[in-house]
Amino acid sequence: MNIAEHFPALVIVIPLLFALITWLAGLINRAFCWVIALTITFLCFLMSFSILNTVMHTGRISYHMGAWEPPWGIEYAIDYLNGFVLVVVSFIAFIVTLYSRKSVGLEIDEEKSPAFYSLYMLLFTGLMGMTITGDIFNLYVFIEITSLSGYALIAIGRRRNSLMASFNYLILGTIAATFILIGIGYLYMVTGSLNMADLREKLPPLYHSRVVLTAFGFFTVGLSLKLALFPLHIWLPNAYTYAPSVVSAIMAATSTKVGAYAMLRILFTVFKVEFDLNVVPVTKILLVLSCIAIIAGSILAISQTNIKRMLAYSSVGQIGYIVLGTTMANQTAMTGSIIHILNHALMKGTLFLVAGCVVYKTGIEDISGLKGMGQKMPFSMAAFTVGALSMVGVPLTVGFISKWYLATGALKAGMWFILPIILISSLLSAIYFWRIIEGIYFAPAVSSQHSEVSTYRSLDHHNPHPVSRSRDDAPPGMLIPTLILAGLCIFFGIAAYIPVSVAEKAANMLLGGT
Amino acid sequence: MIEIIIGKYNYWIYITLMMIGFYAMIAKGNLIKKIIGMNIFQTAVILFYISTGKVWGGTAPILWDKAVIYDNPIPHVLMLTAIVVSVGTTAVAIAIVIRIYKEYGTMEEDAILEIERKQAEELRKGNTGQREI
Amino acid sequence: MVEIVHSAAPLCAIGVSLVAVILMVISKGYPNLREFWTIGASILKFSIVVSMLPTILDGKVIEYSLYSILPGLDIKFRVDPMGIFFALTASFLWIITSFYSIGYMRALKEHAQTRYFSFFAIALSATMGVAFSANLFTTFLFYELITLSTFPLVAHTETPEAIKSSRRYIAYLLGTSIAFQLSAIFLTYNATGTLEFSNHGILAGKAPDMLLIIIFILFMAGITKAAMMPFHSWLPAAMVAPTPVSALLHAVAVVKTGVFVLLKVILFVFGVDLLSKLGVGTALAYFASFTIIVASFIALRQDNLKLRLAYSTISQLSYVVLAVALLTPGGITASIMHIIIHAFGKITLFFAAGAIYVATRKTNISELNGIGKQMPLTMAAFTIGVLSMIGVPPAAGFISKWYMISGSIEARQIPFIIVIAASTILNACYFLPIVYTAYFKRHDNEIYNEEWRMLNKGYGMINLNSEVRIKEAPPLMVVSLILTAIGTLVLFFWPSLFLELARMVVGVVI
Repeated sequence: MNIAEHFPALVIVIPLLFALITWLAGLINRAFCWVIALTITFLCFLMSFSILNTVMHTGRISYHMGAWEPPWGIEYAIDYLNGFVLVVVSFIAFIVTLYSRKSVGLEIDEEKSPAFYSLYMLLFTGLMGMTITGDIFNLYVFIEITSLSGYALIAIGRRRNSLMASFNYLILGTIAATFILIGIGYLYMVTGSLNMADLREKLPPLYHSRVVLTAFGFFTVGLSLKLALFPLHIWLPNAYTYAPSVVSAIMAATSTKVGAYAMLRILFTVFKVEFDLNVVPVTKILLVLSCIAIIAGSILAISQTNIKRMLAYSSVGQIGYIVLGTTMANQTAMTGSIIHILNHALMKGTLFLVAGCVVYKTGIEDISGLKGMGQKMPFSMAAFTVGALSMVGVPLTVGFISKWYLATGALKAGMWFILPIILISSLLSAIYFWRIIEGIYFAPAVSSQHSEVSTYRSLDHHNPHPVSRSRDDAPPGMLIPTLILAGLCIFFGIAAYIPVSVAEKAANMLLGGT
Repeated sequence: MIEIIIGKYNYWIYITLMMIGFYAMIAKGNLIKKIIGMNIFQTAVILFYISTGKVWGGTAPILWDKAVIYDNPIPHVLMLTAIVVSVGTTAVAIAIVIRIYKEYGTMEEDAILEIERKQAEELRKGNTGQREI
Repeated sequence: MVEIVHSAAPLCAIGVSLVAVILMVISKGYPNLREFWTIGASILKFSIVVSMLPTILDGKVIEYSLYSILPGLDIKFRVDPMGIFFALTASFLWIITSFYSIGYMRALKEHAQTRYFSFFAIALSATMGVAFSANLFTTFLFYELITLSTFPLVAHTETPEAIKSSRRYIAYLLGTSIAFQLSAIFLTYNATGTLEFSNHGILAGKAPDMLLIIIFILFMAGITKAAMMPFHSWLPAAMVAPTPVSALLHAVAVVKTGVFVLLKVILFVFGVDLLSKLGVGTALAYFASFTIIVASFIALRQDNLKLRLAYSTISQLSYVVLAVALLTPGGITASIMHIIIHAFGKITLFFAAGAIYVATRKTNISELNGIGKQMPLTMAAFTIGVLSMIGVPPAAGFISKWYMISGSIEARQIPFIIVIAASTILNACYFLPIVYTAYFKRHDNEIYNEEWRMLNKGYGMINLNSEVRIKEAPPLMVVSLILTAIGTLVLFFWPSLFLELARMVVGVVI
């Protein structure tokens, strides 16, 4: 019996099991928890990689849970899109786990740390499950697993404000999940099937029935909230700002992406492309909403003074990009969307990890706390600069690749007005990131000796440089994961063909229906 | 017309309950009432599922040699899971509310927001941007 | 067909200074060693560029594909006559500027010198990258790299004014390039499926005229390094930088990159025929004329020497644009020649300004009375630079003005001859007074001495030396500016190499 055949199941079962074991091990010795979490996430990363490899060679994998045949049994179906997202999620989870030890030590009570890692493993299970499953109800279960662990993780820190943030997220998230449940119920009512591939075959004759249309509506609204598409993003800023840094990092980099993946599944695998274009003008609606999200996210980010809140609003904008690519129904734009799942995870992951480093070292979350850090925390700030340049979309970084695909896709689809929107949001990102970068490296010196000089009339006037502070960067345990992510931002910006080849095949499959 | 109202009474019940729960979740200020509303909301959906599984003349979906036709067992099974999810969510929600009560001393959303607002203002005046740990 | 030679020489030319940066950072504590790396890198870079020259003069083209990121996005280098022309200018002047920088930095005991020299080297690498790029993507990549790497140089002094000005610098350059240039690149790719440069343009017939005109406008707005109005304010703002930065970057590297990319777009993306057909050449020429005249007027009103030079640069850059917008052989030759001619002239002027600041701490023209007696060598070089700007033989500026006028006649556009003439007069109006002030106004020392003598007439003579003592800037700086001034003269007498390159470019595009 080849164990590799069972990877799809193991990738869920192992973290689930070890979520409990982590907590039990924590009763013996708290240090075990981190080690277990690290090993398990790494193991799952290797398994996901192997799964993707198999998919690349042999095509779609269909794994029957417990050997029950679909559509009665639960099927785990992995194709290019799945496999890609699986690898991204497990990799980010691994990196963040690597990073988490010191950060958790600071921001979470020590007696709660076994619980933290336990919840973290549950979150991981939920994310992997959402990605890998081919059964709609199973999707709902895993959505709820992810969400519940998310609510708990946000509230587990010491920060008082996180409690209300988590509660609000809980209420809104439950509404959304229940809407999804209603949608599933309607679909089951008219087709009798819960399997995604099966629904794809059974639904077309029913496309114009009210039940299916209502179900689709519920799905869209519910999933939009999960992935924080404007205007259902209200829970996100507070949740990301007040959660512990590790939680912000992992949630920003993965939960919303997996939510986007779920939306892609529903829109393009369960319902065919023709439905999205002809029956319900959902692509047009999503197009408008994503454009607004892109612009609004960037504009709102400019006025923020708290780093994490700024990054949270920036995430809202970036999610707009992902949805934007799906609405244009051509392969280039869809490739852009899918590749942006990876790219944004890398970029936002880097930025949130750096924010965590800064909080760890100085306790300051405000942008002004970053001033002059270029001397004190050079590596962290270098990572931040790379992440920021990537968000702006400088060539050779990963951000440029996404924008390239989205822009060329938009032009191919004839929607030239998307181009200014993408570029304007790049400019807005440049504004709020450049302000920070400038503060990092060129902290305003002591006041100029000639105070009456207001503009550059006093050219070539030089002031003595303030005494440079000694270097005191974040500990290697936190720094190395951050630098790995930052390095990948550049690596995949240059060697872009590696993820793009997978993303292109995934896009093709979503749109072509093979 | 009458057919729609009387014949599909299960849907009407579920929709009414759902709306009650939804309203409670959104409009009520007390956090516990919100949780209650959430429960009502989720229970409504559970009822809906079960009701759709009913087959005319069917018995409960338990193996019984005198049975001619069974109700659809799948919704029941699905809803067992959903009930567990609902319970889990309620548990997490109540845990959070307990901590909120410990921290803020109240369970009214307005009062909590007021306390947070005051705290934010004080921080701004203090102007350090330091997070309180 | 043009013979293509494959060689990694362009990559080496770009990479030399990047390697030097690493060495510079390592030798942080040893200033002389660090400076050695800068000088070494600049000389090596120039030699590599010169080594490619014979191949180009033979009519061949050097190509090198570095890496293909995605289909359609390749980092590819091509060395052609125009590229090597620009590369020769920039790399040669970097050698001289390096010496000047060392003198300047040490005289003022400036801080953060390693950062300064490192980013200078990166900026020059990026300039080489633009000069040798084979397609729009590589150009855009290195164009942005120039902006980013010159930012720390502009903000070098770290005073509040410097920070504010550098913000404006980045805002203009990065903002317009992302908003307009990138749009134009996307639209071009969408229309043609490629971003490669080609001798007769790639856009002909690929899109409706309206779209082509829009793409053209977007390119012109997006290539703000050419400092055309209304996107010119970044250049005066950049004058807060130390003078070597203003000299090389904002008289040669950055601004010439702007006009170079503009030329590339006009000649190799659109093509002369397409632009004549669309009729946008004349419109562009009028825009450029507007900038020329208005910038000259603004220059008249500046008292700060560097600001006056900055507005003069804005005006002179638009000469290049005007010349190429005429779309005739003479015009194109003029625009290419003006790249090196203006470079040498303007760099001399900036070097002189820096020398004056180091020696006397003076920055305003009104303070420069009689400085010609105090700093004779500097002011002599300055005068030669001024002559070049105005276009008086034997300074090289005459050559580009000549070709510009002949280009206008070829294009049968007489108004532009008037523009050229008017701006020549304006140039004289704002430059000659500086020369006059320097030589013919009485130095403060002289006035002071005379007043003292007059006051002390009755009290017995204290023999005050009424001479103004010569007090030049440190030798490294003075030698540099004399070299560039001589370069200006040399270009007038022996321009054949550069004229040949320019003619080769005209030959392929027309």
